[in-house]
Amino acid sequence: MVATALLINALALICLIFARVKDKKRTVQALRIAVKSLIDILPMVFVIIIFIGLMLGLVPPGEIPRFVGEQTGLRGILLVGVLGAVMYIPSLLSFPLAASLLEKGASIGAVAAFITTLTMIGVVTLPLEMKELGKEMVFLRNALGFVTAIAIALIMGALL
Amino acid sequence: MKRKGKLVQWIVFAVSVLIYCSVLFFLPDRAECVVDASMRSLVEMALILPAVMILLGLFAVWVPKDLIVKYLGRSSGIKGIALSLVLGALPTGPLYIAFPISATLLRKGARVSNVIIFLTAWSCIKLPQEMVELQFLGLKFMSLRLFLTIIFSVIMGFSIECVIRKIDARRGEISS
Repeated sequence: MVATALLINALALICLIFARVKDKKRTVQALRIAVKSLIDILPMVFVIIIFIGLMLGLVPPGEIPRFVGEQTGLRGILLVGVLGAVMYIPSLLSFPLAASLLEKGASIGAVAAFITTLTMIGVVTLPLEMKELGKEMVFLRNALGFVTAIAIALIMGALL
Repeated sequence: MKRKGKLVQWIVFAVSVLIYCSVLFFLPDRAECVVDASMRSLVEMALILPAVMILLGLFAVWVPKDLIVKYLGRSSGIKGIALSLVLGALPTGPLYIAFPISATLLRKGARVSNVIIFLTAWSCIKLPQEMVELQFLGLKFMSLRLFLTIIFSVIMGFSIECVIRKIDARRGEISS
C-alpha cells in the first residue's frame, strides 16, 4: 500500500517537473485546478472517512456479510449495485469505501458491483445526461451499464 | 446545479460530523475503534489525494476538450475504439463534463459506439481512479476489473449503436 502511494506521488512529481520545464504558466494553472479540486472534494472526503470509521467501529461483525457477503450471491450483488447507482459520491472515494466494505466481510463481487455502478451510473446526473444526449441513449446506456456492472461483478466473484 | 450540489455536500458533511461526535460522546467504549478506523483511512487518503489532484490538474490544462473532440470526431474502426478508451481514461474531470463533450461528438458525426465507449471509459477507467483502486484494493482486483470493463464497454457501445440505428430507421419509415 505504501509502495503504491510512493509510486503515485513519484509519478505526479515527475509529471510536475516535466510540465514546469515545458511551460511555467500552464503548470501554475494546473496547480490552481489541483488545489481547487482538492478543496472541492474535501467535505466528501471527511464524510467518507467518518462513515468508514463508524462502519468499521460500530457495525458488529457478521452484519455486513449477512446482506452482501459471499453466501448472499446475486441478491447481495444487486443490492449493492442499486446502492452504487443511486449514491452520489466522487468516484475516487468509492475505493476506500469499497476496501472497508471488503474488510468487513462483503464479497468481492458485491464490492466490484458497487464500484462499477457508482462510477458508471449516476441517478442524480440523469436529467443533465438526458438534456445533452437524449432519452433513448441515456436509458440504454444506464440500463446496459447496470447489467454490465452485474456481469463484471459475477465474473470477478467467480475468479477472485 | 453545481452550487446546489455544494450546499448539499456541506449539509451532509455537517450532519456526519454531528453523528460522529455524538457517537464518540455517547459510546465512549467504541470511540477508540471508530477513531482508529477513521484515522487509518484519513492517512491513506492524505498520502495519495494531493498527487492524484496534481495529475488531474496537469491533464485538464494540457488536454483541452477541443483536442478530444478533434481526435474522436473523425476516427473509426479499431483506432476509434482505442482512441475512445484512451481519451476517456485521461484524467480530465467528472462525468458531467463528459456529457456535453459527447453531445458535440455526436453532432459532429462521431459513431454512437465510440461515444458510448468514451463515456464508459470516462466514468469507469479514469487513470487517477485506477491508481486509487490499486492503492486500496490491490493489483489483482484492479487489473481484472479494468480488463473486464474494457471488454464490456466495447460490447455495450456496439449493442447500443445497433439499437439506436434500429430506432432511427423506424422513425425514418414513419416520417416518410
